[in-house]
Amino acid sequence: MLLNQFLLLAAVLFAIGVYGVLTRKNGVLVLMSIELILNSVNINLVAFGTFNADVSGQVFALFIIAVAAAEVGVGLAIVLLIYRNRRSIDVSEADMLKG
Amino acid sequence: MSLFALIAQETPQFLPQNIAFGVIAVISVVAALKMVTTSNVVHAALYLVLVLASVAATYILLAAEFVAATQILVYIGAVMVLMLFGVMLTRAQIGAEDDLNHDQRWIGGLVAALLLAVMSYALIDHYGDDRLPETIVPQTTAEVSDEIFSTYIVPFEAISVLLLAALIGAIVVARRD
Repeated sequence: MLLNQFLLLAAVLFAIGVYGVLTRKNGVLVLMSIELILNSVNINLVAFGTFNADVSGQVFALFIIAVAAAEVGVGLAIVLLIYRNRRSIDVSEADMLKG
Repeated sequence: MSLFALIAQETPQFLPQNIAFGVIAVISVVAALKMVTTSNVVHAALYLVLVLASVAATYILLAAEFVAATQILVYIGAVMVLMLFGVMLTRAQIGAEDDLNHDQRWIGGLVAALLLAVMSYALIDHYGDDRLPETIVPQTTAEVSDEIFSTYIVPFEAISVLLLAALIGAIVVARRD
């Protein structure tokens, strides 16, 4: 198997995730797209780990899974708080910092 | 395309893996595209489950069994439940919505396409026809755990504290008082 098969699949998923983050207005959907991005990076790490016959790739993939779990927990708490305060999770309406 | 030519001249022992990879790649890309374009939040979550499952299948293809199991347990088991709770708690109506996307979607599409073009150029340029080893030795869970608890013990402890802090922080932020 080519190494590039996996790397290009990861690149495609990454680009789709970036599109989702940039175009979605719903806060929960933005978080889902971020999960997609983190997963595509994990494919890269595991593919390089197999390519170099080194177990470190898998270790870092596991670390990223843990960090992603923490991220989604805090992210959903923030989205919930925005919903409670504004009755909407439209991220383009949360623009109080705009000058 | 030259990539397909390279895959075609593969040693025959990898043929089943390549077919499996093709199926997994098509499923994950189609599901990911559906996820970022669908107008129903619950459907987007279910498409994300499909993407995560096919990523787990990719890990198995790469002989990373422990990461695949963790992917299924953590993502499909826990993160998706959290996402669906988020959907439930933040919206009243279930069904299609027409106000999920920005009006200027083409900018996002342009950025994503540019990113993909640059990344695939760099990857094809640098890793052209590098192949995975002829015999992929599966890295067992014991090896992964040995590595975590010897070389990476400090990052592991840091991640544990980070997870604890994030969970306490999430409770504090979301609590009603």
